[in-house]
Amino acid sequence: METILSLEGVSKMYQSAGNTLTVLDHISFSVDAGSTLAIVGPSGSGKTTLLGLCAGLDRSSSGSIYLHNIRLDELSEDRRAQVRNLYVGFIFQNFQLLPTLTALENVMVPLELRGEKNIRLRAVDLLNKVGLADRGHHYPAQLSGGEQQRVSLARAFSNKPQILFADEPTGNLDAETSEKIVKLIFDLNKEAGTTLILVTHDHELASKTGRIIRLKGGKMVSDEQTIAAQVE
Amino acid sequence: MEESFENNRTIENKGLQFPWLIKMAWRDSRRNRSRLFLFVSSVILGIAALVAIYSLSNNLRQEIDKQAASLIGADLEITSNKPVSPALKGLIDSLGDRRSEERRFASMVYFPKGGGTRLIQVRALQGEFPYYGDLETNPVVVARTFRNEQQALVDQTLMMQFNATVGDSIKVGNVTFRIAGILISAPGQTGFSASVAPVVYIPLKFLKQTGLEQKGSNIGYRFYYKYDRPINIRQLTAGIEPRLEKEGLNYDTVESQKEDTARSFSDVTRFLSLVGFIALLLGCIGVASAIHIYVREKINSIAVLRCLGAKASQSFLIYLIQIVGIGLVGSVIGAALGSVIQQFLPVVLKDFLPIKIANNISWTAIGTGVLLGLIISILFALLPLVSIRNVSPLNTLRLSLQSTNLFKDPIKWLVYLLIVLFIFIFSSFQLKNWKQSVSFTIGVIVAFLILAGIASLLMWLVRRFFPSSWSYLWRQGLANLYRPNNQTSILIVSIGLGTAFICILFFIQTILLNRVTLSAGGNQPNIVLFDIQTSQKQDLLELAQKQGLPLNQTVPIVNMRLEAVNNITASTLQKDSSIKIQRWIFGREYRVTFRDTLSSSEKITKGKWIGKAGNPSEPVYVSLEERFANRNQIEVGDSMIFNVQGTVMPVVVGSLRQVDWNRVQTNFLVLFPTGVLEDAPQFHVLMTRVSSAAVSARFQQAVVKQFPNVSIIDLSLVLSILDQILSKIGFVIRFMAGFSIITGLVVLIASVVISKYQRMQESVLLRTLGANRRQILAITALEYFFLGAFAAFTGILLALAAGWGLAHYTFDTTFTPQLLPILVVFILICLLTVIIGLMNSRVVLIKSPLEILRQEV
Repeated sequence: METILSLEGVSKMYQSAGNTLTVLDHISFSVDAGSTLAIVGPSGSGKTTLLGLCAGLDRSSSGSIYLHNIRLDELSEDRRAQVRNLYVGFIFQNFQLLPTLTALENVMVPLELRGEKNIRLRAVDLLNKVGLADRGHHYPAQLSGGEQQRVSLARAFSNKPQILFADEPTGNLDAETSEKIVKLIFDLNKEAGTTLILVTHDHELASKTGRIIRLKGGKMVSDEQTIAAQVE
Repeated sequence: MEESFENNRTIENKGLQFPWLIKMAWRDSRRNRSRLFLFVSSVILGIAALVAIYSLSNNLRQEIDKQAASLIGADLEITSNKPVSPALKGLIDSLGDRRSEERRFASMVYFPKGGGTRLIQVRALQGEFPYYGDLETNPVVVARTFRNEQQALVDQTLMMQFNATVGDSIKVGNVTFRIAGILISAPGQTGFSASVAPVVYIPLKFLKQTGLEQKGSNIGYRFYYKYDRPINIRQLTAGIEPRLEKEGLNYDTVESQKEDTARSFSDVTRFLSLVGFIALLLGCIGVASAIHIYVREKINSIAVLRCLGAKASQSFLIYLIQIVGIGLVGSVIGAALGSVIQQFLPVVLKDFLPIKIANNISWTAIGTGVLLGLIISILFALLPLVSIRNVSPLNTLRLSLQSTNLFKDPIKWLVYLLIVLFIFIFSSFQLKNWKQSVSFTIGVIVAFLILAGIASLLMWLVRRFFPSSWSYLWRQGLANLYRPNNQTSILIVSIGLGTAFICILFFIQTILLNRVTLSAGGNQPNIVLFDIQTSQKQDLLELAQKQGLPLNQTVPIVNMRLEAVNNITASTLQKDSSIKIQRWIFGREYRVTFRDTLSSSEKITKGKWIGKAGNPSEPVYVSLEERFANRNQIEVGDSMIFNVQGTVMPVVVGSLRQVDWNRVQTNFLVLFPTGVLEDAPQFHVLMTRVSSAAVSARFQQAVVKQFPNVSIIDLSLVLSILDQILSKIGFVIRFMAGFSIITGLVVLIASVVISKYQRMQESVLLRTLGANRRQILAITALEYFFLGAFAAFTGILLALAAGWGLAHYTFDTTFTPQLLPILVVFILICLLTVIIGLMNSRVVLIKSPLEILRQEV
C-alpha cells in the first residue's frame, strides 16, 4: 500500500528564556494511504505539535517529514500552504470557521483558493451530506457547536483531501453530538477514501481508528494496531 | 521529493487570484464595516480641513490672477514718502499714456453737522485713477465726478459712525467739502484697513488750501500710470529702477502686486494648511492604532485562511484591499465635507481679503485630498498590516509560541521609514522650509518615542511595584495595564499625541492672541496726538492744561532711514544672500526719538546707555531694541549709518534694550541720546488721558479747530477696533484649530471604542464568575483612568515643551502657559477616556454573558 505520510527522526524544540524545551523527540513512523490513525497521550505530551508538523503547519527542528512524497520541512510557508490546499483537510476542536463568512462560503473557501470554478453546487452538496443544506446562509455565530463542526467537516472534505487531520474533533461537543460527528467523520472518510489522522484524549474515539500511536513527554511510547484495523 | 512538487507547480500555482481577494475582502468586511468606518472617521476630518484650505488657496490664486490689475488700479504705481526731487520730476511726468497723482496722509476730520472728529486717511486725488477696477461709491457716478468740485468721498463706516448723509459737509484741515458720495471700497482695500483708518477722498487741487501739507508731515506721494499701447512693463521698470531706488522711491506693477498678494496669502494658507495637516496626522494615529487592534483580532481568521492554503501575500492583500476601500470612501466623504466647508471659509476670511473670492469647487483640491487620504490610510495601516504576513497557521491549534520580533522584520522598518519620509515631505510641502520640516518631523518622532517610552515605563513600574495589598478591583484595574492583550502602549501613544497636538494648537493660539493684546486699563493714556509741529507744541500743551488734562508724555520724533549696518548696504545684501540681515530694515522709515533717560518700559540688557552725546568728534551711541538687534545679528559696538532726511548720520550701537511693547506709550526700535537730533526736522507726540467720551470729544474738537494738521488717535476707539480684529482672527484660528481638536477627539473615541474588543471577553468571563455590575465598571474605569491620565499628562508635558520652543524660537516672545486651561484639558481627556471606556463595557452589562460569547465566535 502507498505511504501518504512518513516521519523520520522528527524533533521539535523551542527556545524559552534561554532554555531549550524539547516538545517532540525523534519521532518516526509512516502512514498508509486510506488508513486511520489516532495520536493519543496526556496533556503536554506533544500530540498537537506532532499534528501541526504532519500537516505542514509548522517546521520541525530536525528530521524529515514527507507528505504525499513532498518533503515538508524544506518548503517555504507559502509552498506548504499550497500543499495543504491540495492534499490536506482539517477539523479543529474549536471548529475554526471564519466568523465573517456564511456556512456555505466557509465550505467554498478551499476550492476558491484553488481557483476552481462552479463550486457552489459542490459546496451545497457537501452541506447537504452533513445535514445542513438549509443553513448555508447562516453565519457561524448563528449555528450551534455541533452545526459548526459539521460545517467544518464539509469544508475539510471540500477540496477532496488525500489526508484529513482532526484535532480533538469532539472536544467541544456534548456526548450525543459527538457521536453523530464521529459517525459523520468516519462515513465521509470511508466514502472519500481519505487517510484520517486524529489527535484525541478520547479512548473510545481512538479505538475506532485502525492504529494508535501513544506519546508521552514528547516521545513515542507505543504504536499498535486496533481491532478496527482488521475491519479496515 | 521537492522535484515532484515542482513538477506540479504549473497546476498548483494560481497566482494571487485578485478577483477572489476582492471577494474575500468584501465578505470579511461585511460584519466589520461600521468598525472599519470608525477607523477612517478620523481621516475624514483631516481631509476635509485640507480640501477646504486647498480649495480656498486655489480660488484665491485664481482670483488674484484675475483681479491683480484692479488691486493696484493702474499699470504702474510709483510711491515716495517725500516730495519728488526736481531731478526725478522729468521722469515721473514722462511715464505712462495717462497718469494720476495722489497724496496720502493721516489727518483729523470734522463733521460740522454733528460736531464729531476722527482720525482718517486723506487721499487727495487727481486724474482718472483707478484705470482698472473702480472706486465703489454710492451713488456710482460720483466716483468720477467728485474730483471736479470741492467735494469728498467718505468711507461708509465713517458715514455711519457720524450719522452723516450725502450732501452734508466734512472739514479737512481748513477746507470744508461737500460729501458727494459714500466710498464703499477702493482698489486693494481690505475690510480691516478701512475700519482702522477710514478713507476720505478729496480732489488734489484743494490740498494746499487745507493747510495740511506742511514740512515734516508724513505724506505719501503716489503716481499712477496707464499705458494705452502695449508695453513691456518689466523692461520699463528695470530701466528706471536704479534711479528710483537712489532717490528712495518704490514702484509696483500689476505683476509685482500679484506676487506680493499671493505671497502674503500663502503665509495665511500655509498656517491654515499646517493646522489641517496636524488634523490629518491625528487621523493617521487613529488609523494606525485602530488597524493595529483590528489586525490583532483577525489573527485567528488569518491563521485559518493560511491553514486552508492561502499564501501570506494573499491574506495580507485581503486586509489591504479592505483598507484601500474604506480609505477611499473616507477620503471621498472628507473631500465632499471639505468642499462644503470651503463655501464658508471666504465668509470667515472676508475682512482679511482685498479681493472677492468665488466659492468654486476646486477639483484639484478634491483630487489631492482623496489621493492624500488614500495614501495615509494605506501607509499608516501598513504598519500593523505587514505583521499579517507573519501570522502562522499554527495559531489555529494554539497561539504561536514564537512571536515575530519587530527588529527581525525589515519590511516594518521600511514602513517606518516611509512614514517618516511622508511626514517630512508633506510638512515641507506645507511649510516650504526644509529646516522647519526637519524640526517638525523630529518633534513628531521624539513625541512618539517619549510616549512609547512612558507606556513601557508605566507597565514596568506597575509590575515592579505592584500594590499587592490593595483591593481586588484596584489590583485588577492596574494589572490590566501590563497583562497580555494590554492596550497601554497603543492608547498612551494615540491619546498622548492627540492631547499634545490639541494643547500645542491651543498654546499657539494663546501666544498669537497675547502678542497683540494691549493693556489699556488703569491710568494709562488713552489719547495720542501726533504730527505736532515744534512751533505748535507749547500752544497745544497750554490747550490741554486749560482743559484739565494730565500730560503723560511728549515725545519728539525724527524720521530717518537706515543706509548701512557695519558697511553692509541694501545693495550688498542683495548680492550676498549669506548675510543674516533682514532686507526690510533698509527699506523702511524709522521713527526715532532722543532723550537722556530710559522710560519705565525700557531696560538695558547689554552694553551701556549713554543719554548725552559727547563731542561732535566722538561717536554717537544709540540704543537698539534687543529683538530687532538679535534678528539682524547686530551687536553692541557695531556701526550703523542713518540718513536723517538728507543728512548722513553715522552712529555706534551703545546698548541693547528690552522694551515692553504692550504698554500704551511711544516705544522705539532706535533711541538716540540728546545733543544730536535737536535741530533735525521733527514732529512731536503728546499723550494724555481723558476721563470720558464727552471730554474726549470736546478736546478733539478744540484741537482740530486750532491745529488742523495735528492728528489724534482715540485709543479707546482703536482698542475696540483691535478687539474686533482680534476676535475675528481668533475666530479664524479657532475655526481651523477646531478641525484638529475634533479629529483628536474622534481619534480618542475611536481608540477607546476599538479597544473594547480587547476587554470584552475578559469582562464576560468576570461576569460569568460572578462579578457584579459595579465591580466590572470599577475595574474598567480604573484601567481607562490610568491610561487617560498618563497619556494626557505626558501629552501636556510635550505640548508645554513644544509651546516653549515655538514661543522662544518662532514667535520670539515669552511663554506663560495658563494653568487652568491645562488642568481643564487634563481632566477632560481623563473623563472622556473613562466615559468612553465605560460605555464600551455597557454591552457586557446589558447582555447575557452567553450571548456575547456566542457573538464573539
